[in-house]
Amino acid sequence: MSRRVRMWMVAIAGAAVAVGMGLAFVDLPSFGGSHHPYRDAAIHGSVAHQTANAVSAVNFDQRGLDTFGEESILFASIIGVSALLRPSKEEQEAGPSQPGRVMEATRILGYAFIPLVLIVGLDVISHGVITPGGGFQGGIILASGIHLLYVAGSYETLGRLRPVRLFEHGEAIGAGAFACLGIAGAATAMGFLANLIPLGSFGQLFSAGTVELLNGAVGIEVGSGVIVLIAKFLDQAILLGPQKS
Amino acid sequence: MTFIVGAALTLVLAAAIAVVASQDPSRQAVTLSVLGVSLTVLFFALQAPDVALSQLAVGTAIVPLMVMLTISKIRGGR
Repeated sequence: MSRRVRMWMVAIAGAAVAVGMGLAFVDLPSFGGSHHPYRDAAIHGSVAHQTANAVSAVNFDQRGLDTFGEESILFASIIGVSALLRPSKEEQEAGPSQPGRVMEATRILGYAFIPLVLIVGLDVISHGVITPGGGFQGGIILASGIHLLYVAGSYETLGRLRPVRLFEHGEAIGAGAFACLGIAGAATAMGFLANLIPLGSFGQLFSAGTVELLNGAVGIEVGSGVIVLIAKFLDQAILLGPQKS
Repeated sequence: MTFIVGAALTLVLAAAIAVVASQDPSRQAVTLSVLGVSLTVLFFALQAPDVALSQLAVGTAIVPLMVMLTISKIRGGR
């Protein structure tokens, strides 16, 4: 296909998309209006189930099935990445040649931030029901915090203090717990992922029934999953060394 | 309020252009994380702290890190 034909095709397709988008935008309600039927319904549902953080109520209670789908996608993609990044036959462990030089300031700040970041991560997971955040966000914060060990220390330090196998199991346990809670709802004939345990009182740390538990399961799954993911990338980049062409 | 949203959108636009304009992939990883921060500001201005937190964690830390590690693997060394 010549460049000329390609440009024509881009122009025609671009014009079609522009017309379609223009027509779609005409019927949109204006930005920042006060009429939000979905918001009203979602907040009513979240208050009815004693969940102060309406976003968590939507994620784990009203649309729990969607979150289950998302977590399964994450779970499957991490398994896929692990399979793709496994060391091949030609690659043997070169071993990290020599630990790079870390600036003193980086080292001190890194070690100072590790406990801080881990506490923030745990806080975000545990308060997912009442304040912004939850298992997904907190899990990723925890996973990033652990990798400060690599930034401030060395690859060996990280390897010693972060047993990858443990987190591989953690990922599976988190995903399994989410599914089991869903099946428990179905078993009690209330429906898959139904909110079946006592709801507690609005705004308390332990409230909102299964939302709290699902939140924790997602925290374990995402935190462990991201640690496994980064571990595979680090192994490829550092342990197995550069690609030989 | 509209002013803050407008300013955040402008920031996102500028950062996105910077990502596209960066030639070197390893520089692109850095501009990508700047785009991540700008998107965080935008989501926060739009009163979506949950999404802002996800964006901050994924977009500024995990994704650029994965890009950097991939580049160092492919380039061979350092």
